[in-house]
Amino acid sequence: MQPQSLQLSGIRKGFGADDVLKEIDLSVRPGEFLSLVGMSGCGKSTLLRIMAGLETPDSGTVSIGSRDVTNVDPSDRDLAMVFQSYALYPHMSVRQNIATPLRMRNLSLGARLPLIGRMTAKASVLSKIDAAVNEAADVLQIGHLLDRKPAQLSGGQRQRVALARALVRSPAAFLMDEPLSNLDAKLRAHMREELSGLHRRLGATFIYVTHDQIEAMTMSDRIALMSSGRIEQLGTPDELYQQPATVTVARFIGTPSINLLPVEIDASGRVMALGRPLGVSVPARYAGPAMLGIRAEDLRPAAGGFAVKVLRSETYGADRYVTGHLADDQAVCIVMRQAAGDPIAVNGEGLSHLVFPEQRAHLFGADGNRIETTVPARIAI
Amino acid sequence: MVLLRKYLPHLVLALGAIPMLLPFYWMLLTSFRSPAEIFDVSLWPIPKNFDAVENYARAAGQVPMARFMLNGVIVCLGILIAQVLTAVPAAYALAKLRFPARKLMLSLVIAALCIPMQALALPLYVGLAKTDLLNTYFAMMSPFFLSVFAIFLFHQSFRSYPDEIIEAARIDGFSEMEICWGLVLRGSLPSLAAFAVFSLVAHWNDLYWPMIVVTDTNLAPPPLGMLFFSDVESGANYGALMAGATIITAPMVVCFLFARKHFIAGLTMTGVK
Ligand SMILES: Nc1ncnc2c1ncn2[C@@H]1O[C@H](COP(=O)(O)OP(=O)(O)O)[C@@H](O)[C@H]1O
Ligand SMILES: [Mg+2]
Repeated sequence: MQPQSLQLSGIRKGFGADDVLKEIDLSVRPGEFLSLVGMSGCGKSTLLRIMAGLETPDSGTVSIGSRDVTNVDPSDRDLAMVFQSYALYPHMSVRQNIATPLRMRNLSLGARLPLIGRMTAKASVLSKIDAAVNEAADVLQIGHLLDRKPAQLSGGQRQRVALARALVRSPAAFLMDEPLSNLDAKLRAHMREELSGLHRRLGATFIYVTHDQIEAMTMSDRIALMSSGRIEQLGTPDELYQQPATVTVARFIGTPSINLLPVEIDASGRVMALGRPLGVSVPARYAGPAMLGIRAEDLRPAAGGFAVKVLRSETYGADRYVTGHLADDQAVCIVMRQAAGDPIAVNGEGLSHLVFPEQRAHLFGADGNRIETTVPARIAI
Repeated sequence: MVLLRKYLPHLVLALGAIPMLLPFYWMLLTSFRSPAEIFDVSLWPIPKNFDAVENYARAAGQVPMARFMLNGVIVCLGILIAQVLTAVPAAYALAKLRFPARKLMLSLVIAALCIPMQALALPLYVGLAKTDLLNTYFAMMSPFFLSVFAIFLFHQSFRSYPDEIIEAARIDGFSEMEICWGLVLRGSLPSLAAFAVFSLVAHWNDLYWPMIVVTDTNLAPPPLGMLFFSDVESGANYGALMAGATIITAPMVVCFLFARKHFIAGLTMTGVK
């Protein structure tokens, strides 16, 4: 099966009074690894379940390839899904678990029955299923676990079985709902690599739900960042990091979180940060309060910068995070990332003066949307 | 002190068990005794004349005991099978499917738990009489085909079955019936065992309803059979009567012992992880 595209248009969904999804349009390209990322409760799982057909949208359409599947049963959509809790069939061995998607598709009801089935099923079909199971088990290196029950496996092993069960047939797309979130940190990092490798090898369409921006950033071709039932931004990991479309995106993406300073845009379109003008300008219609986002790695100590009261510093091997707050406003937390070897320039009062390249700062209006700034030809710093 | 704390609960429970077990003990005792000793209030286990052989021979020989037992088996299994066939899908729908008025229906099920069988006896009897179905196995079984208790018990246990497994099954192409019987019920076998014990014991021992709808000795389940037998055959032969009672109680005790582990797990509702 060729990898398929998947389109959502105008998807709305409410549970009782609350609108969980508000008018979602999304187009997933064939063979791409697309992550749906956002805070817990923003509707990611609901959206994925609508794609799978486990949930019916209140309005809107779902299509896979060129086929409208809005009213098609989950089993006829030709998708495979991996769940957060793995959802293995508890009474079946690993081998039977992996074989189930194929048995359900290729064997009649009679042939699936426990004892009689063995006799009535076509031997050729059964041996094909066996071969496919062994191959999927090899890909995920669980060949030695095939005769165990799910209860006898560790979390990581169950995860592999769930993946093997998904890839034993070649579905139009793989849907994954936080598949790594029940694993410990080290295993999660390892499985991230394996999933990326699997995606490259299969060339299949992956739609991956996570609340962990690092997972999304490291594995995805594109990320759809969701917030309270809407897609805030759809783009490559780089685009989301370098050009966040809203302050929500800027806050969500990146570790440590972006620094946000309150600024004021005056009537002439100058951006006044901490009482002095920045070397960027914006159209005058944006006049009013705004937010300036500065990445931790864009800050560096230099004379003449804004004053920050340093509270603590943490060293992570090569990097150091210096945390503090604005000298003028305790409510504004500031984190600077620097190389561990660089000195922390703190004066006698515990203050450090920081500067940043102004063209790298992100400006967001009062409504949270990005404001494009124009940098005059002469650069201030 | 430690010993006391360890064994005190056992002691209390054992004391509580004595009044529960006493009638059974007396039944067993009487079935061994000769007619002369029947009214002896002594609980001494060894009778002066060991008449067990005679009593049991009478009970097994003079009464169509096999017939009564067979009737009991037919009625109990018929009821149990129908109850499971109807209650399991109903409980699955109430526990795991979303449809309008689901909450209302669940409330109705719980409300129906409060209606005693006796309140329905008259209309059911009239209905069976009008349709000319008195004196049939069907008359003994049909009022119990739908068990709200079973629906409630299975609902409680099915509710804890993981939704994601059901959804994985839907994506894999299982039908709702396959999910219901093959996955969800399979995860609740202790509840099934518990319910089976409840149902079998209740209907095996039921005298009330068979007495209302059956007058034919050939259809009588064991308790009703014993009643006929005590009236007609053996007037005051309590030894033989108790021997008969022991014979009809034995299968239920065995049945409980077999299902005991599941029965208890099913009642504590921790069947599914
Ligand atoms: N079956 C449901 N019934 C009622 N509310 C639901 C149901 N499923 C999800 N929700 C609600 O929808 C919102 C989004 O849920 P979900 O899509 O699971 O979020 P996420 O996966 O992003 O954490 C949550 O507020 C949740 O409470
Ligand atoms: Mg979720």
